[in-house]
Amino acid sequence: MSFSPASEAAITVFGLTNKRPPIGQTGKHVTAFATIGRFFIGFFAQAGQLSLFIAETGKAIVQGPFYFRMIGQQIIRIGYLSLPVVALTSFFTGGALAIQIYYGGNQFNSETIVSSIVALGITRELGPVFGGLMLAGRVSAAIAAEIGTMRVTEQIDALTTLSTDPFKYLIAPRVIAATLCMPILALVADIIGVFGGFVVSTQSFGFNAAIYVQSTVNFLSFDDISSGLIKAVMFGFIIATMGCYNGYYSKGGAQGVGRATTNAVVTASILILAANYLMTSLLFSA
Amino acid sequence: MNEKITLSNVHKTFGTKKVLRGVNLSVDEGQSLVVIGGSGSGKSVMLKSILGLLRPEQGSIKIDGTETIGLARHLRQEIDAQMGMLFQNGALFDSLPVWRNVAFQAIQNQGFSESDARDLAVDSLALVGLGPELLDLFPASLSGGMNKRVGLARAIACKPKIIFFDEPTTGLDPIMTDVINHLIRDCVQELGATTLTITHDMTSVRAIADKTALLYKGEIIWHGNAEELAAADDPFLLQFVNGRAEGPIEVEGQQISAAGGGQ
Ligand SMILES: Nc1ncnc2c1ncn2[C@@H]1O[C@H](COP(=O)(O)OP(=O)(O)O)[C@@H](O)[C@H]1O
Ligand SMILES: [Mg+2]
Repeated sequence: MSFSPASEAAITVFGLTNKRPPIGQTGKHVTAFATIGRFFIGFFAQAGQLSLFIAETGKAIVQGPFYFRMIGQQIIRIGYLSLPVVALTSFFTGGALAIQIYYGGNQFNSETIVSSIVALGITRELGPVFGGLMLAGRVSAAIAAEIGTMRVTEQIDALTTLSTDPFKYLIAPRVIAATLCMPILALVADIIGVFGGFVVSTQSFGFNAAIYVQSTVNFLSFDDISSGLIKAVMFGFIIATMGCYNGYYSKGGAQGVGRATTNAVVTASILILAANYLMTSLLFSA
Repeated sequence: MNEKITLSNVHKTFGTKKVLRGVNLSVDEGQSLVVIGGSGSGKSVMLKSILGLLRPEQGSIKIDGTETIGLARHLRQEIDAQMGMLFQNGALFDSLPVWRNVAFQAIQNQGFSESDARDLAVDSLALVGLGPELLDLFPASLSGGMNKRVGLARAIACKPKIIFFDEPTTGLDPIMTDVINHLIRDCVQELGATTLTITHDMTSVRAIADKTALLYKGEIIWHGNAEELAAADDPFLLQFVNGRAEGPIEVEGQQISAAGGGQ
């Protein structure tokens, strides 16, 4: 291969080749550029691969056939078995929120202010986001480890040779289950989070229970709850997709599966927070 | 006889590593071809290319005269339906009990009811010499030899026309090796299937090969039938058949170990 000197330089600078220039001939800045170049090329390659993966998953979900047994199994694993984790997280969050508002707020603390801020905070943000983050840890990791192990032990190859599409058999059921379950879990988180605030307020601050409940009900609107549930649908999709994606492309034995699991949790968590920001600004700026 | 599988000039590269560099190979209908070659010579890559799990950059792979490289997925599945594969490490689905593994294709694609599928699993396991007491065990609790046999039962459960075996006897004791070799031989004769077996075990070659091919450095450098194998004087082949370290074959990683010879 022969390149002009200028393009040769560009290739080196942007890290398009693995050929490293001899030590001592180049400054540190070239290495830095090469690193940045490699990073961006890697980033776009990943983004492209992920887009194709999502498109393939979408096709599998739309076309069927549906493996109802697999979907049911995943609903139990992803939804039902996550209930305790989500409930506990939400209960303590609601309680802590009530304490913060009571002591950190102004002197006019009352049943109405504490109850309304707890209800808003939990339903709009904390219920779905903390629930999503807990599931990113619990579910994304489990999915990535399971599918990653199937990849490195050739079970995914075996599926294909048995005329079964891994996207339809493995990935679609997980994505469908997580996307269905996450809003239900978020609704549970809403109820238990508000209940956590209620317990702390009535037990520690001596608030009147009836007034607290009444003002929560008066203050909450349908939009507060539905916006949180819409977010949760998106989070469920992110959680399953990142678990499946990282597992599906894992390679290199047990270590590779470990890396896939870590990546799944980290990317799912970051994407949940980023998507939450985006959706909050879309839903509430109008 | 007509050719069931034909590879012409197949190339497969990973990054900068050229694994297959122009493989030419054909298997006739009803024939048992065995491909031998050292570890890392690209045997599994060749098999996965034929199965459509890897996509070669160049060349042609025909099954029953149909070009399979770049074939649309639904057409590919029709071809997959008549192929069975025994993976190097079994690749049993560890979330499913033995009977669901063995009858997997029948359940997923042929609409077998659970009881029919169990019957099919019993029959298939019987073909590989296993009893029905295994049906509800999970793959994690099977020994290496049983794992291979269940894998074999799964590969032949739907009476495929073409069966692939990737190192069916590696890691097994000599007795189990002989058992598996006989099973392969019997299955093939019973089903009348075309088979392609990969191995680096010469006893398997002698037991099951109608025709043998040697893969070295990404190319088929020798092929012939049993008599030709016995009479062959090809130095590469002889080194492999007789299992000697000295000879023309470059062992993978030899330079590295020679350089670090002090350790
Ligand atoms: N998916 C892959 N990515 C990169 N390299 C691979 C991959 N699969 C196989 N290789 C490389 O190809 C070579 C041949 O591998 P393989 O066909 O598994 O050998 P064997 O003949 O022992 O079955 C090895 O050097 C291996 O590292
Ligand atoms: Mg191999």
